[in-house]
Amino acid sequence: MDEGTGLSSRVPGWVIGIVPLLLFGLFTWLFIAYSPIERLSGNVPPIEDVTVNRVELKDRLFVLHVVNGGQDPVTIAQVQVDEAYWNFRMEPSSGRIGRLETAKIYIPYHWVTGEVHELRLVTNTGVTFDHTVEVALPTPQPDALHWLIFALVGIFVGVIPVGLGLMWFPLLQRLPRSGLRFMLALTIGLLIFLLVDTVAEGMEIAGGVSDVFHAAPLLIFAGLVSFGLLVAVGNRKKTRDRNTPEGRLWIATAIAIGIGLHNLGEGMAIGAATAIGEVALGTFLVLGFALHNITEGVGIGAPMASDRPGIAKLAWLALIAGGPAVPGVWLGGFSYSPLLAVLFLSIGAGAILQVVYEVGKLLLSRAEKGAAGFGASFDWVNVGGVTLGLVIMYATALLVA
Amino acid sequence: MSSKLSRRAWLRAGAALGLVGAAGSTRLIGRTPVSPVDHDQSGGHGNLGTVGSVDHERNGFDPHEVLTDFDYGRVSTLPNGQTLREYTFVARDAEIEIAPGVFFPAWTYNGRVPGPTIRCVEGDKIRIAFSNAGSHPHTIHFHGIHGASMDGIAGVGAGEIHPGKSTVYEFDAVPFGCHLYHCHSNPLKRHIHKGLYGAFIVDPDPAKYSGEQRQMAEARNHMYPACQEIRETVMVMNGFDTNFDGDNEVYAANTVAFAYMDRMIPVERKQRQRLYLVNITEFDPINSFHLHANFFSYYDHGTTLEPTLPTVDTIMQCQGQRGILEFSFDGFEPGPYMFHAHQSEFAELGWMGFFDVKADAEGLA
Repeated sequence: MDEGTGLSSRVPGWVIGIVPLLLFGLFTWLFIAYSPIERLSGNVPPIEDVTVNRVELKDRLFVLHVVNGGQDPVTIAQVQVDEAYWNFRMEPSSGRIGRLETAKIYIPYHWVTGEVHELRLVTNTGVTFDHTVEVALPTPQPDALHWLIFALVGIFVGVIPVGLGLMWFPLLQRLPRSGLRFMLALTIGLLIFLLVDTVAEGMEIAGGVSDVFHAAPLLIFAGLVSFGLLVAVGNRKKTRDRNTPEGRLWIATAIAIGIGLHNLGEGMAIGAATAIGEVALGTFLVLGFALHNITEGVGIGAPMASDRPGIAKLAWLALIAGGPAVPGVWLGGFSYSPLLAVLFLSIGAGAILQVVYEVGKLLLSRAEKGAAGFGASFDWVNVGGVTLGLVIMYATALLVA
Repeated sequence: MSSKLSRRAWLRAGAALGLVGAAGSTRLIGRTPVSPVDHDQSGGHGNLGTVGSVDHERNGFDPHEVLTDFDYGRVSTLPNGQTLREYTFVARDAEIEIAPGVFFPAWTYNGRVPGPTIRCVEGDKIRIAFSNAGSHPHTIHFHGIHGASMDGIAGVGAGEIHPGKSTVYEFDAVPFGCHLYHCHSNPLKRHIHKGLYGAFIVDPDPAKYSGEQRQMAEARNHMYPACQEIRETVMVMNGFDTNFDGDNEVYAANTVAFAYMDRMIPVERKQRQRLYLVNITEFDPINSFHLHANFFSYYDHGTTLEPTLPTVDTIMQCQGQRGILEFSFDGFEPGPYMFHAHQSEFAELGWMGFFDVKADAEGLA
């Protein structure tokens, strides 16, 4: 033991630092030079992986945006629409798509409004990649009318319901101590539901993203990073003490940020769906989302119930929580990207997790006298509040399912 | 769907239907082969068909040549007076282009798909020296009358011929008709659909008939002038499962998708047409042939001198079925006359073409 310590103390630090790197370089060189893996696979053709990110429907035209997520370049040789070979034009015109490169495929086709179309790409090795246009409707173009309508939808889904929920704030203030605890517990219930819902949505979309982008781990870790960052921000000196109005305002703000990021994702969903057309369906769903979001306003208000934040602050919080729905609808309506959606949902999930953590701490600090600690906080008021929160979210979520 | 759309389905639909910001340039160019299928002269519908062209030279065979390249074999006469036709068949792996830019790892007889069209006369002695230069065991199984040991199946006679090995198949060509041969190694489905098949045509012997029947037999026998006046072609209906999912991505007659659409088959309108049609399509129980704006006489299996279906414009064939079609465009308006499988799916995946009927003075290109 002593001898080992003696040896390592004699070797300079930079040598210890560089030796593993040099050895790694050597092993890398050996591995590439003798390529043992290739000996296993022989001359087996490469595994091709092409994903259609999105399809635009224009006047008698499909425009496919595709990405090559495979190890090797892929060449698109032919295109089928509904089991028929169809003429097409491609950028790049060679049909060759390098690793992680994207391409556009233009297929002049008189598509049938409201019906399903099956698109199939055939590569030069005969491998096929399929994509279904679920409902053929013209893709909205970003003109003034669409910007405006999408913004109105975002305001109606986000800002208005959150604001309406916050209008119950005076009622919250009149609640007795146990009633307030109940409302905080209810907020946790609402948020836990949103958290699970956001992660599930993210996972669902991640499944459609090209494997090479590792969307599922991205979802988890971007969420954890956003959680960590927001906790760190909340630990600043000014707001550290949750027993001050500033501390409680910070929690309310944090809730608003988390809900805002969540609403950005919801806005993207609404934008993408509204753009498909189906006005009646869109209206119904927008109403469902709006009702769902009123409860979020209650959640923002609950931590501050013993304070007097003033109308301006409450309006500001409503804007933070509801406003992101507007850019969300624009983004979803004009330029939907599954990877971007995963990223936003992930950040939103992290923010919601942080809020659950903060409100939970607040709830613990307000426990009945003599009942301290995490286990003791499971009384009828708290458990009932969380349960009711979950039930409310579940019930209003039924409206949009 | 309507109200059942969940938020997740929404997001999926959003991803599927996708939406874009700045609209890019949307010129609808596309390399469109000049073909009469363009229903809309403005091109607004876009065009059916593949983009680009197949390099037949690299493939080693051209579907237009396959139409008429009957292989009569090396002909000699045996001491007993019987005609002997000798052939050499070599099974080889080859990558073939079955649609522009789409390559298929085929197994072939003599480097082509379909294999050589064997043409002989009823009663001829057929001798085929077969060697396997491929990577899997293969056989040649002929549809015809012969002994069990010459049946070209696994476990009987020479059985499966392994790579580097060879055998000789020998039998008398009976009965007359439009037949086929194919590999009968197991698994059968894979060995057939990889490309090991071809047409085997046995002409009737006029010496066996008299009167009107003799004339009919002469018109079917390639050694007689009455037959030589007729334009004879061969089409082997086939399909290719390029992604090996048990469903064909390409359908064709003589292998290359839309080969007779991108370049039509020239036809002299006064000349009588005889088409030897063979169906060796895998995975789909039947294939079919439909001729536009005309009717034909059909001889199922080609084993009769009288048509089995006198006036039809559509026939169907199960896997391995075949027959002879006879028709004429005599007196027709010159122009393109379409033919295709009447399964629209097969047609639009490549099994579609045109006879380009020329006025008498135009002659053939």
